[in-house]
Amino acid sequence: MLEIKCPYCGKRSQNEFSYGGDAKIKRPELGKEISDKEWDNFVYYRDNPKGKHSELWHHISGCRQWFKVSRDTASHEIFKTAKLDEDL
Amino acid sequence: MQKYSIFSLIKNSFSNHQNWEPAWRDPELKKEYDVVIVGGGGHGLATAYYLAKEHKITNVAILEKGWIGGGNVGRNTTILRSNYMWDANGLFYEYGMKLWENLSQELNYNVMYSPRGVINLAHSDAQLNVFARRGNSMRLNGIDAIMLSKEELTTKIPFADFSTSARFPIFGALMQPKGGTARHDAVAWGYARGADNLGVDIIQHCEVTGFDVQNGKIIGVQTSRGNIKTKKIGLCVAGNTSLLASKLNMKLPIESHVLQACVSEPVKPFLDHVVTFGAGHFYCSQSDKGEMVMGGDLDGYNSYAQRGNLPTLQHVLSEGVAMFPNLSRLKMLRTWGGIMDMSMDGSPIIDKTHIEGVYLNCGWCYGGFKATPVSGWTFAYTIAQDYPHELNSKFRLNRFHTGHLIDEKGVGTKTWIG
Repeated sequence: MLEIKCPYCGKRSQNEFSYGGDAKIKRPELGKEISDKEWDNFVYYRDNPKGKHSELWHHISGCRQWFKVSRDTASHEIFKTAKLDEDL
Repeated sequence: MQKYSIFSLIKNSFSNHQNWEPAWRDPELKKEYDVVIVGGGGHGLATAYYLAKEHKITNVAILEKGWIGGGNVGRNTTILRSNYMWDANGLFYEYGMKLWENLSQELNYNVMYSPRGVINLAHSDAQLNVFARRGNSMRLNGIDAIMLSKEELTTKIPFADFSTSARFPIFGALMQPKGGTARHDAVAWGYARGADNLGVDIIQHCEVTGFDVQNGKIIGVQTSRGNIKTKKIGLCVAGNTSLLASKLNMKLPIESHVLQACVSEPVKPFLDHVVTFGAGHFYCSQSDKGEMVMGGDLDGYNSYAQRGNLPTLQHVLSEGVAMFPNLSRLKMLRTWGGIMDMSMDGSPIIDKTHIEGVYLNCGWCYGGFKATPVSGWTFAYTIAQDYPHELNSKFRLNRFHTGHLIDEKGVGTKTWIG
């Protein structure tokens, strides 16, 4: 069982949370001209590293806030969590 | 190759089975190969076998960082089926079912193909309609499919909860009678023995650490046991595809996720078929040893750990208990995890890449095992001819650019977020 520290509520068990994927993906700016390739990259392509991964989690059965987590994808160790406007 | 038969079995029993030849050699790594297959799992071994058998390319090496069959081919729930609705999937997997039917004879190795029937339970009228549509699509593609009423199901799976007070009452089912199971390890070992016999070098404990690319062409592979020259490489490394592709500066539409499975203690025969729960994600069958083999959802976050967490297992098994209430009295014997290469539309990628001589076989999501023969067969064709076969012509990498996704579940594009 993962123990995740919600930046708003503190440490809670994994089953209160849902996963939101890569935190580094940025939606292209609204109205900006972009190539198909840039759009494909945003929608489909991911770094998928083995090791440190920054990702979004949602405290869905708690305060319902989204936040960022730095986690190791090989050991499942969680290094740090942060609010969306903070740096990991 | 020493042929396996009742006679060789009797003959060897006189010497207490001490004189069997090894099923495959343990060769030295050569300096140069025509084709190098990375990954000695089911798909890699099958690819090498069909390269040698169908395309007469025998100067082939399979490089495996661990031991053959130690990854997902040894970690799945052994289910075979082709109950897909879209043509691209249906025709591809049905060709695979035809290969399964004769695989034991072809390889002279008993893969214990057991066409016991795959039953997908429906829990509402609407779901039954959707299944009827899928069944009709399957039959149009020549795949066997029948609808079962609740009454017919009570004789096929008598221990399911048929009460109307069940949280998800059973309304009926779609069944593919030729679907079933096979012995997963035997598939890996059978292909390994077959490929080795045709001259393929199986190199275990040899990790690929890098690639030599010159002018957009592959010219060699760096390994933990030295460098090799080659003109073609095929990647069959499932959950590790992104890691190897990153050494080629390629980014892929894939996320690696952990999927767990488990077996219970062995019990007397109580389930004759493979059964899936329609109101969630749970499937089970009973092994020849009597264990209930069960699996379900991904843990739901990126992982390379080959082990999962209990909340997902509890969630999956609670679905199992909703379907077969008497499962609650079984003890679990083992649980384990494997790393799935989850593609963004849920369908595989079998294609060449922009680097000449680099071929990609990945994106199998939950369903790689059943595809082992047909994946190997089409990937071998793609490598040998430098062009996809008609069967895998829809499983190309550029579909994420052109929009020709094959989203079998109809869930649309998604990253694999739970």
